[in-house]
Amino acid sequence: MKKAGAIRPWAVAVWLLVWQGGSMALEAAYPHGGLLLASPLAAAARLMELLPTAVFWQTVGRSAGHILAGFFLSCLLAVAAAALCARFRRMGELLSPLVAAAKAVPVVSFIILALVWLDTKHLSLFISALMVFPPIYLNVAEGIAQTDRGLLEMARVFRVPFSRQLRDIYLPSVLPYFRTAMSLALGLCWKSGAAAEVIGLPDGTIGERLYTAKVYFQTPDLFAWTAVIVAVAVVFEKVMLRAVDALVRRWGG
Amino acid sequence: MMELRAENICKSFDGQQVLDHVSFTAGPGITCIMGPSGRGKTTLIRMFLGLEVPDSGRVVGAEGLRWSAVFQEDRLLTSLTAAGNLRFVLGRNYDSRQAGALLEELGLGDVGDKRVRDFSGGMCRRLALARALLSPFDALALDEPLAGLDPENRRRALECIRRNAQGRPVLLVTHDEADQAFLQAAAVWI
Repeated sequence: MKKAGAIRPWAVAVWLLVWQGGSMALEAAYPHGGLLLASPLAAAARLMELLPTAVFWQTVGRSAGHILAGFFLSCLLAVAAAALCARFRRMGELLSPLVAAAKAVPVVSFIILALVWLDTKHLSLFISALMVFPPIYLNVAEGIAQTDRGLLEMARVFRVPFSRQLRDIYLPSVLPYFRTAMSLALGLCWKSGAAAEVIGLPDGTIGERLYTAKVYFQTPDLFAWTAVIVAVAVVFEKVMLRAVDALVRRWGG
Repeated sequence: MMELRAENICKSFDGQQVLDHVSFTAGPGITCIMGPSGRGKTTLIRMFLGLEVPDSGRVVGAEGLRWSAVFQEDRLLTSLTAAGNLRFVLGRNYDSRQAGALLEELGLGDVGDKRVRDFSGGMCRRLALARALLSPFDALALDEPLAGLDPENRRRALECIRRNAQGRPVLLVTHDEADQAFLQAAAVWI
């Protein structure tokens, strides 16, 4: 059965044609209409120009480094916090308002606040970490809460060491929840990280390139860098989810 | 002499009394706990295992003992193989030869490497029993370990229980007086 919401190549082609048509129509209607909406061909050509340059890869590496560092750091903290909250109920109660705030407050408010507190080069790390924490924490906590109490009782009666309970009872219970959270968090970290870079303008980052493209009306650059963010996010998501899927197959219930 | 005692135990759940001043003594060997469904046999077993606390009264002699058990549900790790489930409780004490021999005796000789999620209900029950009998124990709690077994497998399972009891206290919940007769066990009716 075909997956609902799956992206079909023909549908992508249709929308690229619509985009190309729109760009050509603007070009024909106004003297510099092409600046308002660069065509997909112009964006692809610009991307091809960027790809062989060292600056391009340094820029991607810098942004990816900060955003992914925030992602991994947050994953570690969220899993640890969920485990502690499962053990100490009061800690969960204490964290709840913070998690609710992180979910509800617009990311741009956090970005502006963080600009006051932090050096701009750490901004995307902090913001992506902040956005990643709630879904990972909440899902892992739910996975722990849904762990089969009967199996835990069995392990207690047979005096099974905690390390074995962790591997064979908790991990299979938590991993499917963790996978769902990862899928959600991976999208969030790139979107929020790039937004933080556009506002904070740390030197030599994708966000800075996007902002420069906007200031100078370099719309092919704007689309090219956006495509880069999407591509890096998709590749990273696929790699991470494949790794988690392998774990789910190994330990999944 | 190792002795387990229930002294005047009462227990209610949501205002429903399931145990009403229950007292008995179980000496070494097998004691069948019998009675109609809903009379608190499982609750009583759980009290000896330290998983439930009486509202009043007490269990004596259970604390500090190393228990092994078959629960009312199988409580197996379905993503693991039969051998994996045994290794989970036995750790370094897992002896593949001893485990294989017991599984063979229980009619599970060829399924050690198969995943439990593919097992039938009866196979799961027998594996849960094998796990309980292989785990080192001072006392054994068996909550309807023969549920869902055909007569042949039932007889085999009873033989294994009798042989592995070796004079240690065994609390066996059953509805069937034939099991008690086969085991020549003491009986407690609640």
